[in-house]
Amino acid sequence: MPKKPPTPAAGREAVLVDAARTAFARSNGAWSELMAYELGKAAIAGLLAKTGLDPKEVDLVTMGTVVQDPRTSNLAREAMLAAGMPNTIPAFTTTLACISANVAATSAVDQIQLGHIDVAIAGGAESLSDPPIRLSKNLRQALVKSQKAKGAKGYLEIVKELSPEDLIPDIPSAAEFSSGLTMGESCERFAKRVGVSRKESDEFAARSHVLAARAWSEGRYADEVVPVPVPPKMELVTTDDGPRGDTTVDTLAGLRPAFDKQFGLITAGSSSFLTDGGSAVLLMAKERCAKLGLTARAVIKDYVYAGGDPLEELLAGPALAVPLLLERNGINARDVGVWEIHEAFAAQVVANLKLLADKKFLEERVGVRLAPIEIPLERINPWGGSLSIGHPFGATGGRLLSTASRRLQVTGERYAVVTGCAAGGHGSAILLENPNASR
Amino acid sequence: MTSTNSSTTTTASKKSGEGAPVTGQQHGAGEALTLKVVDNIAVITIDVPGEKQNTLSEKTKHGFKVCFERVANDPAIEGAVLISGKPDFIAGADISMIQTRKSASEVERLSREMQQQLALLEQSKKPIVAAISGACMGGGLEIALACHYRIATDHPKTALSLPEVMLGLLPGGGGTQRLPALIGIQAALDMMLTGKNVRARKAKRMGLVDAVTVPYGLEDAAVTTCKRLIKGEISHQEPKKKLPERATEAALEDNPAGRAILFRQARQMVMEKTGGLYPAPLAIIDVVEAGASKGLETGYAEESRRFGELVMSKEAAALMTLFFAQTALKKNRFGKAATQLNTLGVLGAGLMGSGIAEVTVQKGVRVLLKDMNAEALARGQKGIWGDFDKRVRSHAMTPFERDRTFSSVVPKTDYKGFEKCELVIEAVFEDLALKHKIIRELEDHVRTDCVIASNTSALPITKLAEASKRPQNIIGMHYFSPVPKMPLLEIIVHKGTSKEAKALAVDVGIKQGKTVIVVNDGPGFYTSRILGPLMDEAAQCALEGVDLHEIDHAMRQWGFPVGPITLLDEVGIDVAAHVSKDMAPFFEPRFGPRDRSALEAMVKEGFTGRKGGKGFYLYDRTKQSPVEKARAIVEKAMGASRKDKPYNPGALAILERHGVKHGSKKDVDLRELQERIGLRMVNEAVQCLQEGILENAVDGDAGAVFGLGFPPMTGGPFRYVDSVGASTVVSTLERFATKYGKRFKPAELLVDHAKSGKRFHVKG
Repeated sequence: MPKKPPTPAAGREAVLVDAARTAFARSNGAWSELMAYELGKAAIAGLLAKTGLDPKEVDLVTMGTVVQDPRTSNLAREAMLAAGMPNTIPAFTTTLACISANVAATSAVDQIQLGHIDVAIAGGAESLSDPPIRLSKNLRQALVKSQKAKGAKGYLEIVKELSPEDLIPDIPSAAEFSSGLTMGESCERFAKRVGVSRKESDEFAARSHVLAARAWSEGRYADEVVPVPVPPKMELVTTDDGPRGDTTVDTLAGLRPAFDKQFGLITAGSSSFLTDGGSAVLLMAKERCAKLGLTARAVIKDYVYAGGDPLEELLAGPALAVPLLLERNGINARDVGVWEIHEAFAAQVVANLKLLADKKFLEERVGVRLAPIEIPLERINPWGGSLSIGHPFGATGGRLLSTASRRLQVTGERYAVVTGCAAGGHGSAILLENPNASR
Repeated sequence: MTSTNSSTTTTASKKSGEGAPVTGQQHGAGEALTLKVVDNIAVITIDVPGEKQNTLSEKTKHGFKVCFERVANDPAIEGAVLISGKPDFIAGADISMIQTRKSASEVERLSREMQQQLALLEQSKKPIVAAISGACMGGGLEIALACHYRIATDHPKTALSLPEVMLGLLPGGGGTQRLPALIGIQAALDMMLTGKNVRARKAKRMGLVDAVTVPYGLEDAAVTTCKRLIKGEISHQEPKKKLPERATEAALEDNPAGRAILFRQARQMVMEKTGGLYPAPLAIIDVVEAGASKGLETGYAEESRRFGELVMSKEAAALMTLFFAQTALKKNRFGKAATQLNTLGVLGAGLMGSGIAEVTVQKGVRVLLKDMNAEALARGQKGIWGDFDKRVRSHAMTPFERDRTFSSVVPKTDYKGFEKCELVIEAVFEDLALKHKIIRELEDHVRTDCVIASNTSALPITKLAEASKRPQNIIGMHYFSPVPKMPLLEIIVHKGTSKEAKALAVDVGIKQGKTVIVVNDGPGFYTSRILGPLMDEAAQCALEGVDLHEIDHAMRQWGFPVGPITLLDEVGIDVAAHVSKDMAPFFEPRFGPRDRSALEAMVKEGFTGRKGGKGFYLYDRTKQSPVEKARAIVEKAMGASRKDKPYNPGALAILERHGVKHGSKKDVDLRELQERIGLRMVNEAVQCLQEGILENAVDGDAGAVFGLGFPPMTGGPFRYVDSVGASTVVSTLERFATKYGKRFKPAELLVDHAKSGKRFHVKG
């Protein structure tokens, strides 16, 4: 890993120009009839419509997704073609769990900085309303064999080898492959290790809902969320259905633990929920942005991906990645006015904040010599987060980049950090700089 | 740590409305037990100062008494949690506490006291929760059993066990009565007779613990649970067992007739396994039966009485000293090595090489395993993967851990990467010229400070070092086969071996989980050397016409886990022939000339022992048919004893050709047969100490027991001499010398001890 920020080829900088997303909706709700690529398509089409950009200007489309539909394994391709973009533009799909869209965006940034391309659309899409459920392995193999079977007798031979339990479908579990723990179980373990209380968890969750509802009522998302008509009735989906503005710590305190019924502190109310949605951001070489007469919202300065132990650090991504990002850019946490942290679970965010403020952790685990990183709560996700707005795995990174860049414009702050955790023990941290900073 | 629990000791004493009936335990630095009150729950923390693990002693006994009296008498306290301040819960009772007792009745009283203390705990109206993480063994588990609710963490080190039987004892703190009541007689006997570890998830399934939680936040979990117990929201519950389990329980445990069958079977199994040489397992069965058939009162009384008897038994004394020796050998006598092992090189992917690789990667160290070609490596890898896969099937490992750990064995056909190794162990064929070649080759590819160890059972390390440019780095590491199962590692140093090399080799052995003894160089070192005379005597007996099975039976009855003829087959006839040829110039002047042609003829015929399917006995390598399997099960249930392997007619024919009339010698004096064979090993062990091969008797005892299976209940050859008396041993040897020849000449050191009455071990 380079010690200094990578020097852009020939001084090329990548800027974030604009962003759009569909409303995020609880799975099996507003988007239940759509496939994931259609949500990606809606986001791309929305972005093109709002910017008025000629699709021919785009050199590359990258999109993240996690739970893949085998029919659209290169989701980015189907989404951009469906959005009416020329088939001469290449498109590829990235996957790194909940930071898949971050990878889509930083891959595009790399290509822009290296001078390979000038304009890219990066984002992601996810639908958890229709997860791919497979037939059992025995039944699948029997079906493949049956294509070559000759006559009724041949079929009978194959059927004879099946047992009734082979008819039970293979439903993908949300468990981490290496540890066998689900995200929720892993977060319980993490929260207890770091020492998060139920009260802290519930407080953060309630805050997320209240802030998201307020941001909607204040019109913060009017520019970001594009209304999408759902065929055939063409009923418009315009708003996130997750935020519940009347959430209080007391209402959350009454809920039962969802993952560890006996000793747990995480409830359905303090977890992000299954969500469908799509997002897209427009990235460009700085010169090209100027040439097209567009205004950049932010320069993508640098980014870090970090890895940790899938058992003990599955959700510790921000604590692992952020210190590295700040250290090698020589930026003090105090000077970052905008923080967008992915909220997988309330307890996960609280635990990460505790670790970031722990000097011993920074020195011994991350290996950086920094003052404890203490982030004022008001700088974190003031417009709500994944707990309230929802978390379509592959699309969340696009939403975070969008919100962070918009917040830079609204506040006039210089720096923003977008960070999140992902399955496998990964962390992502992206540094944005406001070209129009007022402070 | 969290904000959910707010009350402290001070607020609690305020609530009690008294001037804080302080135990004197809260703040006194150096106290083993402390009590604080959290939300009206007493959290009792055991943390014995200055020790790595908590053990029960006079001091903790007092601490428990004070704490639990406070719990009983303080009206502000509604329940209690017992937790450890260390990574482990309680590792059992301090053995020295019982070892110093003079009489059985004194020990019995001690046991009664503990029982009474735990009875008070059990009868407490205020619920008491045991919060268990790490080792919860012996007395520690007995305390947990007396609590009203047990929570265990799923930390990989969490293990519950009653290992007293391995020390020749029984659980003397009520364990023999409470455990069967909690988890059923069969499961309880299984735990107590084997001393095995039960992990958290398994413990939950069998009802040994009530709940399992993550390794963090245990105290909070226990306090919350205690509050729920008080409110009656939860209670201790029987685990949900599957129908077949319930059916066997109903048939065998819930009625006197069934229980009679169960206990008879248990006794039969113990007799089969131990030959009745160990009193503890039988005492455990008796005591559990007493409780089941005559009531708990009798059960507890019997438990204490038998415990007292066992503590005073010579078997327990021997096993306890072995335990101490094993603990002592877990420390590096040379101090910690300056170098840490990050990468181990192993040459040769055979049974030994792959075994060494296996036990090393399990401890998180990368191993470069080198052999001639991919096929040879794959054979070694197959063994390693198979062992890991067995662990997966018993849930000791996840499939993912298996794959990751397995990948730490890096198969190599060249030396690229060996420059990283801090230590390389060569495990190629036992041939001096080959090993010389390997050492020279290796030295061109490793760092100059890389320690090169030879896994050899008999080749002199001094000779091996002659080929080396850096003899200070050369050392012997003699592993036993199969490496993953055998507990001993014999490290051999030559005069020029550097201290750093010694320290590193011992560190590595300890890390691999081995009991490590360190001996000086000499033919056969220690273990192979003392095995020589034993095998020689077994051969002499066979030559006299004693039936081979009779020889094996005799030595099993003497306490060896396998007889010498079976052992020959296990080791491999080819290996034995090879070693005996190498050792001949050394042994023959003392023992007389030996004819090895019969052994060599067997090798020529392909009778290599178990690995070849044929040795002295035949090994059936075909799978048993279901009918045969069923028959074996029925025979076992009917009480048929362990079946002898059939003779290999080919081997008997070879013996015949060499003038042996197998089985012709009738009416053999069993004791004389045992002593002839056994004492030759004992005598040679003393000879090794006399010559300075051994540094001390502790190494000698541990080496013989853990490497060769010398009867554990004797405590090893040196403790055997101490307990029988050197003069008795000398006079027996002299009698044999007159009758059978000079090979029985007692070692001078043994004669000295016989004259002076000196002992090899100071402590009794």
